[in-house]
Amino acid sequence: MESCPSVKNILLLDSEGNRVAVKYYSDDWPTNSSKEAFEKSVFTKTQKTNARTEAEIAMFENNIVIYKFAQDLHFFVTGGDDENELIISTVLQGFFDAVNLLLRGNVDKKEALENLDLILLCLDEIVDGGIILETDSNVIAGKVASHSVDSGAPLSEQTISQALATAREHLTRSLLNV
Amino acid sequence: MAQFVKKDDDRDEEEYSPFLGIEKGSVLQEARVFNDPQLDSRRCSQVITKLLYLLNQGETFTKVEATEVFFAVTKLFQSKDIGLRRMVYLIIKELSPSSDEVIIVTSSLMKDMNSKTDVYRANAIRVLCRITDGTLLTQIERYLKQAIVDKNPVVASAALVSGIHLLQTNPEIVKRWSNEVQEAVQSRAALVQFHALALLHQIRQNDRLAVSKLVTSLTRGTVRSPLAQCLLIRYTSQVIRESSMNNQSGDRPFYDYLEGCLRHKAEMVIFEAARAITELNGVTSRELTPAITVLQLFLSSSKPVLRFAAVRTLNKVAMTHPMAVTNCNIDMESLISDQNRSIATLAITTLLKTGNESGVDRLMKQITNFMSDIADEFKIVVVDAIRSLCLKFPLKYRSLMNFLSNILREEGGFEYKKAIVDSIVILIRDIPDAKESGLLHLCEFIEDCEFTYLSTQILHFLGVEGPKTSDPSKYIRYIYNRVILENATVRASAVSTLAKFGAMVDSLKPRIFILLRRCLYDNDDEVRDRATLYLNTLGGDGSVVETDKDVKDFLFGSLDIPLVNLETSLKNYEPTEEQFDISSVPKEVKSQPLAEKKSAGKKPTALGAPPAAPTSTVDAYEKLLSSIPEFSTFGQLFKSSAPVELTEAETEYAVNVVKHIFDKHVVFQYNCTNTIPEQLLENVIVVVDASEAEEFAEVATKPLKALPYDTPGQTFVAFEKQEGVLAVGRFSNELKFIVKEVDPSTGEAEEDGVEDEYQLEDSEIVAADYMLKVGVSNFRNAWESLGPDFERIDEYGLGPRESLSEAVNAVINLLGMQPCEGTEVVAANSRSHSCLLSGVYIGNVKVLVRLSFGVDSSKEVAMKLAVRSEDESVSDAIHEIVAN
Repeated sequence: MESCPSVKNILLLDSEGNRVAVKYYSDDWPTNSSKEAFEKSVFTKTQKTNARTEAEIAMFENNIVIYKFAQDLHFFVTGGDDENELIISTVLQGFFDAVNLLLRGNVDKKEALENLDLILLCLDEIVDGGIILETDSNVIAGKVASHSVDSGAPLSEQTISQALATAREHLTRSLLNV
Repeated sequence: MAQFVKKDDDRDEEEYSPFLGIEKGSVLQEARVFNDPQLDSRRCSQVITKLLYLLNQGETFTKVEATEVFFAVTKLFQSKDIGLRRMVYLIIKELSPSSDEVIIVTSSLMKDMNSKTDVYRANAIRVLCRITDGTLLTQIERYLKQAIVDKNPVVASAALVSGIHLLQTNPEIVKRWSNEVQEAVQSRAALVQFHALALLHQIRQNDRLAVSKLVTSLTRGTVRSPLAQCLLIRYTSQVIRESSMNNQSGDRPFYDYLEGCLRHKAEMVIFEAARAITELNGVTSRELTPAITVLQLFLSSSKPVLRFAAVRTLNKVAMTHPMAVTNCNIDMESLISDQNRSIATLAITTLLKTGNESGVDRLMKQITNFMSDIADEFKIVVVDAIRSLCLKFPLKYRSLMNFLSNILREEGGFEYKKAIVDSIVILIRDIPDAKESGLLHLCEFIEDCEFTYLSTQILHFLGVEGPKTSDPSKYIRYIYNRVILENATVRASAVSTLAKFGAMVDSLKPRIFILLRRCLYDNDDEVRDRATLYLNTLGGDGSVVETDKDVKDFLFGSLDIPLVNLETSLKNYEPTEEQFDISSVPKEVKSQPLAEKKSAGKKPTALGAPPAAPTSTVDAYEKLLSSIPEFSTFGQLFKSSAPVELTEAETEYAVNVVKHIFDKHVVFQYNCTNTIPEQLLENVIVVVDASEAEEFAEVATKPLKALPYDTPGQTFVAFEKQEGVLAVGRFSNELKFIVKEVDPSTGEAEEDGVEDEYQLEDSEIVAADYMLKVGVSNFRNAWESLGPDFERIDEYGLGPRESLSEAVNAVINLLGMQPCEGTEVVAANSRSHSCLLSGVYIGNVKVLVRLSFGVDSSKEVAMKLAVRSEDESVSDAIHEIVAN
């Protein structure tokens, strides 16, 4: 185990196991049908568990899968079986919280699909080709949200700190909604 | 985004989705907006999202479609909208354009790479590196190097991560960036340091010294992110592993660092360090304790992930150091009721490994409740653990066997049932007392078994074991019931089993014949044929005769021909006047890929060939050797060494040797691989010069007929030596063969070959080859029970040595014995050390050794050697090994 920690896939499925957004970083599932088969088995084996307050964990075909549910969305992150579980769990938490920020606390399938561009950008900011880019949800959401301001504004001048401010604003808004 | 929605009259509010009814064709049409002179960036973003949605759902674009979309997308670089640009980056990565298309976007991306906007820079780097090839890379290399040390962490990380990916495809280019990467390792940004460390290690991973230096400097410095800290822990354990291999010293330079990480504030780091400690080679219980303590704390965490990680690691530790884990047993027991079944299963199997004999019954009660509500895959794990527990405490077989038979009766799938049956079979083989009850459990199981495969396997096993029991007749009823009630496959194997009883137990013969005769009217050909065959060969024509040995061998002996060869011969046989002659089938084992043998050796397969014990590498070798007639008279194989390479890596021919030790013989097995596709080697032999090994006389060689490209094959040379003599020596080896050119396009070899030879490195037979490393669980007990009858004690001066631990390791390696209780590790700076060794000497003689070392100020090492064994001459022999 001298290798860099790596993520094999990140899945966001709905309450029936259908894809909302998925991203694979490993060759373990070369075809779409093998991917779907993996998603199906992961979904069916985890759907009855209660992974709403704390992230849960399971093993599949020599992989560790760590997952958490919110409303009708199921979040999964997969790593190899000798990977440090807590690293994978940090990635999941980062993804989960960043989505929560980006959807302003309305974490459900409808909202996720309506903001699919944000979800896809979010995935892109968390992991690059299996290597963890960022796990801090505020930073992730900040990077993604940096453009969701009105397109008319001179966005090229916008900086990371402004982006972070946007994210923070989202956070406070989401807190107010609750 | 409401305009996404297709007009759909019977739209269900609950199933509302912006992508409802989306179609590839129409989205591709929509993509035309990318070409509008006045770009509507909002609309363009939406169309890209739709395209990405389609790809994400598994939709594929044809080559033409993808190219069209790609070209349209490149137009969008005109827009200044940052959000749209991000989506453009995403879709370019997803479309993964071909190299001639890449050129179109290269200049746009390079412009973004030098933009003032950090988001552009970072993303453009990632996109460009993803789609680029080697030639383009040299053009942008300059910018990438700059980016690595960019003051914006996002940009630096993007460049570093891209570097990690590029290292796979263009290592020579990325390796030139070492200086910049080195600088980035010192970055104040946490994640930049993490990415830089990962890249730097990958660049240097083949340079042990550099890795060691890197670890040394960083373990003293500051590491900012937990992720980087985890990486450093991994690299540190690599250094520890390699250094202990090289200089054989017992002290661990970086252990303190690992232990320090156990007090880190991030759980991720604590766990990584604890796991690294448990995985150290030959870890001592003193080293283990702090790691076990933190893992124990995790066991009662509220987070399932932490509990899982801890219990999984402890489970692994329990395999090698069960005593170290017993402290956690109470926490572990409370995990049996954990909501997460994976955690519960791991907890149970850990308890099964660490439990003592008296606790077994209580544990079994807990497990029985637990078994009913877990999935089959977990049950299999538990069954495996129970099997090993039973082998560990044979006295407890009754309750464990009962448990197995109970769960055998419950619902379950094939894999699960097979695991149970396999376990029972193994217990029957290894625990003689368990045989009768185990067989009856199996009999009851086949009365109501829905799996044909299991029924036939059990019937076969019954045929082998049943006749040897005290009352074979009680099994007949179960077996004959199969003939009445089952499908043809099971019926046929039941007939064979009946015949076996008939052949082995003379008193049952008349009754068996009656039963077999009834089978003559079966409506299946195979069943009838078998019944007829057995009736005729066993003399079922009324007269009760002693079945002679030939018949038994013919019917039930093992087939000494490889089935593969028989199959090919039968396929080649053309129906003519001439009868098929089984003796014409070659008995030579075709060169089989080594990997196959390894996989066969991994797991004990229970229901296999008749006298099969659990297979292991040794068994695989034994099978291989006994299939060669020249070696079949050598008797029981004592030991097979690990393969020793006789060639440098990456030479034309790769050869390694495995030494097989028998009582009076030594067989060298040369595993050869031909790495030249244009050559076929024939008549491959190894010419061995044993002039430096006087006590050995060559008795046989077994050439390898053909060695095609990349298919490993074996050739053998056998030597005779005197029994009981510890013969050692050095052998020089030369590979001889006829080489034939092969046309790579057709794969056909030319007719004529040329003789050639190839010098190999020498091989050696040393004293340690006659010793099996067999550990004992409790050395003191074993030592006491061997008694002082054949104890031999003497003292030796070992002369000046590099260090005490070097001396200890040298003696251990010389004797080839198993160090017990972690005593091979010498504490740093200690002046004396005792070491306990155990092993089995050739002739299956158990040997225990106690070594006491002392060192004086001039590094002069003295040693006291006490040997106990079951045989006087063996105790003396051990002393001789050391004395020489």
